[in-house]
Amino acid sequence: MGGETTTTVDHSAPDGTLSRLRSRLEGPNTLGEGRAFWLGFTALLGLLLVYPLFRSSYYVSNTAYLLVSAFLGLSLCLVWGYTGIFSFGQVAFYGIAGYTFGIVSINVTGPVGTVVGLVVAVAVAGAFAFLVGYFMFYGGVSDVYVAIITLAVTLVLNTFMGQTAGEAWAVGAARLGGFNGMTEIPSLALGVGDTAITITDAAFYYFVVGTLLVTYLGLRVLVNSDIGYVMVGIRENQDRTELFGYNTQKVKLGVFTFGGVLAGFGGVVYASWGNYIDPSVFGITFAALPIIWVATGGRKWLGGAIIGTFAVTFVSQKLSVFGGQYSLVILGALLLFVILVLPEGFVPQLARRLPGGDES
Amino acid sequence: MTASEREVTDADATDSLLRTEGLTKRFGGLVAVDDVNLNIDRGEIRCLIGPNGAGKSTLLKLLVGQLTPSEGTIHYDGTDITAFSQHERARSGLSMKFQVPAVYGDLSVRQNVHIPLQRSVDRGRIGAAIDETLADFGLLDAAETRATDLSHGQQQWLEIAMAAALDPDLLLLDEPAAGMSVRETERTAEYVHRLNEERDMTLLVIEHDIDFVRSIAQSVTVLHQGKVFAEGTIEDIENDPEVRRIYLGEVRE
Repeated sequence: MGGETTTTVDHSAPDGTLSRLRSRLEGPNTLGEGRAFWLGFTALLGLLLVYPLFRSSYYVSNTAYLLVSAFLGLSLCLVWGYTGIFSFGQVAFYGIAGYTFGIVSINVTGPVGTVVGLVVAVAVAGAFAFLVGYFMFYGGVSDVYVAIITLAVTLVLNTFMGQTAGEAWAVGAARLGGFNGMTEIPSLALGVGDTAITITDAAFYYFVVGTLLVTYLGLRVLVNSDIGYVMVGIRENQDRTELFGYNTQKVKLGVFTFGGVLAGFGGVVYASWGNYIDPSVFGITFAALPIIWVATGGRKWLGGAIIGTFAVTFVSQKLSVFGGQYSLVILGALLLFVILVLPEGFVPQLARRLPGGDES
Repeated sequence: MTASEREVTDADATDSLLRTEGLTKRFGGLVAVDDVNLNIDRGEIRCLIGPNGAGKSTLLKLLVGQLTPSEGTIHYDGTDITAFSQHERARSGLSMKFQVPAVYGDLSVRQNVHIPLQRSVDRGRIGAAIDETLADFGLLDAAETRATDLSHGQQQWLEIAMAAALDPDLLLLDEPAAGMSVRETERTAEYVHRLNEERDMTLLVIEHDIDFVRSIAQSVTVLHQGKVFAEGTIEDIENDPEVRRIYLGEVRE
């Protein structure tokens, strides 16, 4: 009973900064709310923060890699899960940003180059998403063709980057490298000259955890805001939403562009992590992965996208160790299973079964 | 007689909310809406009736901008809105309930109302405003139900509630009582009257059920083969032998 009283007090104190913040983070467009959820969330965050103290740098680096994929998952979650735009090409923005980061940071040497590279790469990915989105949403392309167009764009990039092997294919000092990829991409570094900190190993891990945390919380605020409701309205019925006075094409273009920025950020961090990028990021296999991650976790929920991305990537790593070629077949079977049996994904199912979960 | 004539002229000059001139829509060789001149005065409840295929829904789609007219203009509240996009028309005070209930099936009733209502209500007040809206349409008990789990009648009311949540000057209802029981139809008529009287909305209602039309309409426009066939009070229309022949007779048989 004592616990209940505390909860009541929390709700009746709308002036508290904490509760005002919480009210912006919570709403029907996200799963998980209330004291218990945020305590669990903080505990998980704490676990992620102390993790590097207990594991070798190999595991830390690999976990960081799994978390980097979450940016890609979140971008698809926003575009497809929340707004109903079935993009098969979020990896295109991821790859474009990765390559752009490489080109800029190889040519502009020093820590400044990597920061400039990050900004330019994310901007280029966003601009490219805007362009593709503009032609799709204002060109009257029907929903079905969005998947085909975005996939086609991605595969064209795959073919194009694959034939850039010769010496002629270089931007300044940066060789594109064809199917062998672009090598010697510098790691992200913050600061100037000798005081700069290169973000590698544990620093890279904390950088990813920090940016992912900010992104997750920021997106929670976004999808629970007025715009978030409009996004969900567009997903459920675009005509109806348009006639409520919302410029749905503009909102779709905005979300798609922002999705490109988010995927682009992931691509930069990925290129910085491996100091390398190659055209397989534009391949059909990689293009299908975000869809499997997000569909498995639960495409309509941010948490579902992150957990789905992390879990499926983790499992497929294990599978590729033990199962070799069968890894992709098993992933395909997983996607079929989810579509047929759990169309909403695993995470909302689990959330409903947890104590205090939404039973509706 | 002069007094009433002057009244009519005054009404034309000041009270016209929606006016179409020569509105025409062709689909290939088919003329779905043919040179329609429609005038709706502020504050009235107008019913649009006519046999299937008369062009009623096409006319409504032209009014809200889902279709572009082949010819003609639409004036709304003194402004030519023919070139306006759908959301611009909605923002200028036009709202519509679709023929087939277009609610957000996977969302709760509360979330459904939230989406249109947030345009006019601040975040701090929206919870209370949603409750008020739901109470007005007898849906408060179903607030947390998924819209798709509502009965057909409740879905119709929910969409009327959502369309009315924009606080439009002109509310277009495409068959609001279709598929409803007699009692549900009576309730729908009550909602229409209340929107008109308490919230000052002008309504244009497409309906087949002539009893429903009789219970709400102040004036009726009959559409036949895309043209305005007759216009007047419900008594005029029901006593018009030509209208009976093309439409009402068929229904009553």
